[in-house]
Amino acid sequence: MAEIAGQHGWTDQKLENIVGNLLRTGVSLAALVVFIGGIIYLIRHGREPVNYHVFQGEPSDLKTVPGIIRSALGLHGRGIIQFGLLLLIATPVFRVALSIWGFAAEKDRMYMLFTAIVLIVLLYSLLGSGSAF
Amino acid sequence: MNHLEFTLLVAAGSFAAGLLGSLTGLGGGVVLVPLLTLFFKVDIRYAIGASLVSVIATSSGAAAAYVKEGFSNIRIGMFLEIATTIGALAGAFLAAFISTRALAVIFGIMLLYSAYLSRKPRPRAQRNLPPDPLATRLRMNGEFPSEEGGMRHYNVQRVPMGFSLMFGAGALSGLLGIGSGAVKVLAMDQAMKIPFKVSTTTSNFMIGVTAAASAGVYLNRGYVDPGLAMPVMLGVLAGSMLGAHILMKAETKILRVVFSVVIAILGLQMLYKGLTGGI
Repeated sequence: MAEIAGQHGWTDQKLENIVGNLLRTGVSLAALVVFIGGIIYLIRHGREPVNYHVFQGEPSDLKTVPGIIRSALGLHGRGIIQFGLLLLIATPVFRVALSIWGFAAEKDRMYMLFTAIVLIVLLYSLLGSGSAF
Repeated sequence: MNHLEFTLLVAAGSFAAGLLGSLTGLGGGVVLVPLLTLFFKVDIRYAIGASLVSVIATSSGAAAAYVKEGFSNIRIGMFLEIATTIGALAGAFLAAFISTRALAVIFGIMLLYSAYLSRKPRPRAQRNLPPDPLATRLRMNGEFPSEEGGMRHYNVQRVPMGFSLMFGAGALSGLLGIGSGAVKVLAMDQAMKIPFKVSTTTSNFMIGVTAAASAGVYLNRGYVDPGLAMPVMLGVLAGSMLGAHILMKAETKILRVVFSVVIAILGLQMLYKGLTGGI
């Protein structure tokens, strides 16, 4: 019995460490990619005038997941920044996905369901909400 | 102004917002949108997109530190995230149909309310409440390391009310691009009677997930501009990380007063600009 409890605690501890590391790595990686993209962007366009007062919306290669990946692979500064932001938005999504695994390890079906609902909402927002407009 | 000058100025402003937000515990997100719209003349939709992204960065950064302390309650957080993420999605969709002037007015009211909330004394927490059947079924009751040493048990109350408030917090977050941590803490601490320390850390854990739910919609709609989001995200992240490392126990009280006055002034300005059409 004590052995099982110990093992359970070990899994929890391990999961918390993984979650903490995931969040830290996700944010650091995203910040690094955004920074690199920012430098490329400013070297190429730093001297151009700014206009954020008039709203235009972003072109399609900067607002869909496949478009952003294509733009980043083309080494466009703005595309790389946007890819970094995508990594940042994906970090909490990964955390939620990881929690399903954690609840599964505890055999907690109710919370696996709750977590799955949250994950579906997040994935819809990131991948499916574009077609709503 | 060219892009290089703009980037450096916005990064400096965002750094200050992140630093003050983390030192006072009021969050930097609330001042970012007014800063960008009022001082940098950025369209409010771009400003909200950039703000949302920075909210995810600071929340995830802070949650990484909290997760080990044993205060946050993952079950409470996950259950309430159903409400906040659906609310955030609703808020983000709603933002497309609301005029920028109306957005500024709502933002102004929210700022004034936050300033009021930060000055209002918190009612004394009730302890040793009886277990609530729904909260017990949802396995929300928990314990945390108390100041007196040892673990303190708590029983969660009024789950439906907390859940509804969380939907509102999510909608506000999706509509205005803020973390709405204040409303989340209010829902847990006041409505659900969850101990303050558990409420604040669980709220922080939820903010990133909530913001991600609306950030996807903003990204797909073309409201996230890389040139603007870059200095905002890096500036806020650096500022809040520095804030978390500085210990200024004596000064935080004064700083909180100053920051809440700043929030109130920005609120009045947003309200004025929204009503007169200067946004």
